[in-house]
Amino acid sequence: MITYKPLSYKVYIPMSLTLADVQRIAHLARIRVSEGEAEQTRNQLNGIFDLIAEMQAVDTAGIAPMAHARDVFQRLRADEVTETDRRAAYQAVAPQTEAGLYLVPQVIE
Amino acid sequence: MSQQTIKQLADLLVGGKTSSVELCQDYLARIATHNPNLNAFISVDAERTLAEARAADAARAAGQAGPLTGVPIAHKDIFCAEGWLTTCGSKMLYNFVSPYDAHVISRFKAAGMPTLGKTNMDEFAMGSSNETSYYGPVKNPWDSARVPGGSSGGSAACVAAGLAPAATGTDTGGSIRQPAALCGITGLKPTYGVVSRYGMIAFASSLDQAGPMAQSAEDCALLLNVMAGFDGRDSTSLEREKEDYGRDLAKPLNGLRIGLPKEFFGAGLSGDTAQAVQAAIDEFRKLGATTVEVSLPNSGLSVAAYYVIAPAEASSNLSRFDGVRYGYRTPDYADLTDLYEKSRAEGFGAEVKRRIMIGTYVLSHGYYDAYYIQAQKLRRLIANDFAEAYKACDVILGPTAPTTAFKLGEKADDPVQMYLSDIYTIAVNLAGLPGMSLPCGFDGQGLPIGLQLIGDYFSEARMLNVAHQYQLATDWHQRTPGGF
Repeated sequence: MITYKPLSYKVYIPMSLTLADVQRIAHLARIRVSEGEAEQTRNQLNGIFDLIAEMQAVDTAGIAPMAHARDVFQRLRADEVTETDRRAAYQAVAPQTEAGLYLVPQVIE
Repeated sequence: MSQQTIKQLADLLVGGKTSSVELCQDYLARIATHNPNLNAFISVDAERTLAEARAADAARAAGQAGPLTGVPIAHKDIFCAEGWLTTCGSKMLYNFVSPYDAHVISRFKAAGMPTLGKTNMDEFAMGSSNETSYYGPVKNPWDSARVPGGSSGGSAACVAAGLAPAATGTDTGGSIRQPAALCGITGLKPTYGVVSRYGMIAFASSLDQAGPMAQSAEDCALLLNVMAGFDGRDSTSLEREKEDYGRDLAKPLNGLRIGLPKEFFGAGLSGDTAQAVQAAIDEFRKLGATTVEVSLPNSGLSVAAYYVIAPAEASSNLSRFDGVRYGYRTPDYADLTDLYEKSRAEGFGAEVKRRIMIGTYVLSHGYYDAYYIQAQKLRRLIANDFAEAYKACDVILGPTAPTTAFKLGEKADDPVQMYLSDIYTIAVNLAGLPGMSLPCGFDGQGLPIGLQLIGDYFSEARMLNVAHQYQLATDWHQRTPGGF
């Protein structure tokens, strides 16, 4: 078993999700969390946030964020059609389609 | 059948001593015998495999064979392969038969290498034990009460047990190297951008990288030669000159400077692992290398930074699984939001949902700077540490994982303990560097121990040289588990 030792100079920002927070995050993520699951989810998320919290106190003033593994540049390509029409193949794996369209419950009255 | 390397199989095929059909039949028979216990494969399709083998034999007969034509390989079920069920270890994709090939798959097809099957994995590659797979855990061939590691657990287990001569894997935080270590095989995660991510189901796009898992460094070089190369369909694929990753294998190690990061040999490392790695260091000195202590002072922050960055990217990538265009859709729903929320609640497993929720939170209004931007700043500090270290050494060496394979169920209910099994591998992904794991011994219980090599950007050929010279001097990589 590994014990995770926080570095001594850290000052933790207290971080503890409430059940209401869990439900709000779940809704933002479009994942239904039942009342029965919410408590366990809350405890596990709080455990993970405890692990993450140690980075909060590190002084990163003047450090540029690194968004990517290498400082990559988006390539540009010629404005040409490169894709062929494979709609039928792609829609063959969809739960519900009709006349080339994906079907979902009615959104606009 | 004794286990034979990719190199040996290729030589047999060239010499006309066997055919691709014969080889595939042998491996399929071994899969049929051992997979019910190991659970290393999610999908096997013998007809499809044998059709590819017949095509490979025909190509050879017509004088159109490449160096590896006819040698079979297994693919992690994260790679879309046309006509194959491609689940990514999830119920969400339980019925997804891919309509197209990932770039990696098309490269192996072009090389004439038949697919033996799709290997089991942690759901959406999120896990370090293969226990989050919807299709059940994979057993470690060295001890069936133990995990094979993850997320490429099926790939590692099938190579260790000789159910495939090699397999593909992907590595976002250690998912090639940690299971390679726990199963006693050789695995390589290339520099970010060397292998195309097209058709590789995305987890954390700035970290994900595919690589080979095999029985030796020499085999990894042969396979990387197939996998690597520019692909315009991956916006981060690198346009580089084609290289032969095996070109330096035979070079002696005289003058090699090996960096030993002091942070990788501290508390948390098991005694057996520390001893085996130390013995490997002594072996490298005998081979002419010198060692120097280096420091990666911010590497201790890598797990924390990773568990912000990877979930953030995952929450965005996995928003595509919504029950509309492919995969699982809940049978009962009242409206569109209900369809999304229920399909995702029922289609994703617990660990995937936790990571999506962590990612959603750290990207949400009011927390973005404190978590996501802060983690990206730490990422730069971690990458800078490596750049500093490479001023004093050519390659960094340490353990791959803090312990050998743990028991099934031991960490399954404690996400944080599970995350710490990747404590030595994660920093490498954050920096985008190449890393590999190779066998270097066994613990008191007969479980394999992995040695990690971390190279500077694009130094794969040098790392493979270092690993190959070690494998010429030792035979850890040739040990195989009993019963197979």
